[in-house]
Amino acid sequence: MKTAVLTGEHFMTGDVACAEGALAAGCLFFGGYPITPATEIAEHMSERLPEVGGTFIQMEDEIAAMASVVGASCAGVKSMTATSGPGFSLMMENIGLAVCTETPCVVVNVQRAGPSTGLPTLGAQADMMQARWGSHGHYEIIALAPSSPQEIFYQTITAFNLAERYRIPVLVMTDEFVGHLSERVVIPEPKDIRLVSRLAPKGRKDRFKPFRAGSDGIAPMAAAGEGYRIHVTGLTHDERGYPTMTVEAQTEMMERLVGKIRGHEEEIILTDGYRLDDAEIVVVSYGVSARTAYAAVDEARRSGIKAGLFRLITVWPFPERRIRQLAERVKAFVTVEINLGQIHLEVERCAAGKAPALLVGHPGGAIIPPEHVIEAMQSIAKGNERP
Amino acid sequence: MKKAAPPPHPLEDLIRTDRIPHIWCPGCGIGTVFSASLYAMKTSGIDLEKTVMVSGIGCSGRGAGYVNLDSYHTTHGRAIPFATGMKLANPELNVVVFSGDGDLFAIGGNHFIHAARRNVDLTVICVNNFNYGMTGGQVAATTPLKARTTTTPYGNPETPFNLPLLAFASGATYVARWTILHTRDLTESIVEALLRPGFSFVEVLAPCPINYGRRNREKPLETLRLYQEKTIVRNEAPPTELEVDFEKGVILGKFVDVHRPTCSNHYDQICRPKDLAETASAEAGA
Repeated sequence: MKTAVLTGEHFMTGDVACAEGALAAGCLFFGGYPITPATEIAEHMSERLPEVGGTFIQMEDEIAAMASVVGASCAGVKSMTATSGPGFSLMMENIGLAVCTETPCVVVNVQRAGPSTGLPTLGAQADMMQARWGSHGHYEIIALAPSSPQEIFYQTITAFNLAERYRIPVLVMTDEFVGHLSERVVIPEPKDIRLVSRLAPKGRKDRFKPFRAGSDGIAPMAAAGEGYRIHVTGLTHDERGYPTMTVEAQTEMMERLVGKIRGHEEEIILTDGYRLDDAEIVVVSYGVSARTAYAAVDEARRSGIKAGLFRLITVWPFPERRIRQLAERVKAFVTVEINLGQIHLEVERCAAGKAPALLVGHPGGAIIPPEHVIEAMQSIAKGNERP
Repeated sequence: MKKAAPPPHPLEDLIRTDRIPHIWCPGCGIGTVFSASLYAMKTSGIDLEKTVMVSGIGCSGRGAGYVNLDSYHTTHGRAIPFATGMKLANPELNVVVFSGDGDLFAIGGNHFIHAARRNVDLTVICVNNFNYGMTGGQVAATTPLKARTTTTPYGNPETPFNLPLLAFASGATYVARWTILHTRDLTESIVEALLRPGFSFVEVLAPCPINYGRRNREKPLETLRLYQEKTIVRNEAPPTELEVDFEKGVILGKFVDVHRPTCSNHYDQICRPKDLAETASAEAGA
């Protein structure tokens, strides 16, 4: 059998690095539907999965793809799909099923410009709010935003680990620019990759309650065919998994589903600070736009502006506490993202008027040049722009 | 003298008795299809620990909630793709999809034809009651022409699906149709379907007296009389002649029973590296 971990140095696109990250994480099922600019992930998985003992299937649409991924995970296999905007919209109902049934899986969205068919071959970062609450009902979700092919390799592994740990669909919110970018990717030895697998049930099979959580809010997970005879439903359910149509059951289930993420935010949230220590103007960015932001911060520093970057690696849950802390001491925030203000709304909310927030956004189809960010910072520095 | 405890129901071990009473209405046919399915599972000799029931949404979709097996109640119309992922991820499982005509053939129609085309090794049991029972009796893809439902108050202007023809044309390797009056034939059919590798489809005509019968001036007993008097058993009947028309008579029986490689068989033959089996056996020897 061929190896699931291609240890060594490679030159590959973000999409291929994403597929390789999934394989390194132990993914053995991919159900997908082709869509630009995510297709190369499916193509690469179709080639690699059968040779490592896994299964690839191109389903009839994205709805079926997402349903197959949830089914495969319930059978005990780490599973994933990859898509782009329109497909992401179609997957939403079954992403909600995975949230409600606490089924670990990974959904990659290689974002492109919308709405509707938009600019299929050109990138954007405009599905960030859809990632947050695109499925119906109120829930918490985990979403990551890689900035490079190297990062998408690692973050896909992280996504699987978080999915298995918290029994939740984890979204990898990359974009066309990163997906189609070819860069050096270093893949480590398998022994240097930390993998997490879902907690297995213990004790008597006939007494097992599939949704009885431990003190951390997370229940061990039995797979189909293991002899536990579990019932799993997208209806509001009790710890036996039985549908219970009461306000009390809804409250209990929702408090746990939301609580298991909110209660572990410190463990889940990953961010990166760059020249933040004495920063007066803080750029908040993620994904491909963070690369613009690094350049802009360096250039602004050269012109005497005390700029820094607060980069979101985990976009959801949002690092609210850190933004609030920064707001206490900085002069202003500048959010850089390829949409017309989505994560910007969160920055503004968390800054809570203590520091003004300015958006440098773009409606999609192009990356944001560093000059636009520098101009915004200069303007704030001169006091001309009160956002 | 102490009264003797009643003997346990023969299906007690396969039912989540702590969930009884069920939600199905008096006169509903789903319970009969459900118990025929459970009898079939028992008599077929399949490993019940490895048997999974997957349902979509609706009255029949609640089946998964009452069976004491691994059971998954999924989203509306998506039981088949969910089951497909489950079966491909773990081919050892016996995956049974138990759902209604609205779920499987309107919202889920696309998934049905593709799973049949791929010959995924699933057993799909469709309780066909000609309407959307759970939502209150709206028109379905199986509602007969001119029949009244809450969304066809003047009569249904649409032609319904001939489900066995659709299954046959899509590539199903086992296709049968019975009514809930034909429980013995139905049970035997489900046994065959469970044991047949590939995509098996069993349609079961079942009354919905509360939502369908009432609006079409059909008393519960009259529906059963139709099932008795207006059906003809004709195994191997051509699928083109299987439309449901109780005025002309409805054909029941086993219509398709053929072998062809399953989706997984083909995947292993065509997509797996040729040396995979050899390497695995060499590693096991070393």
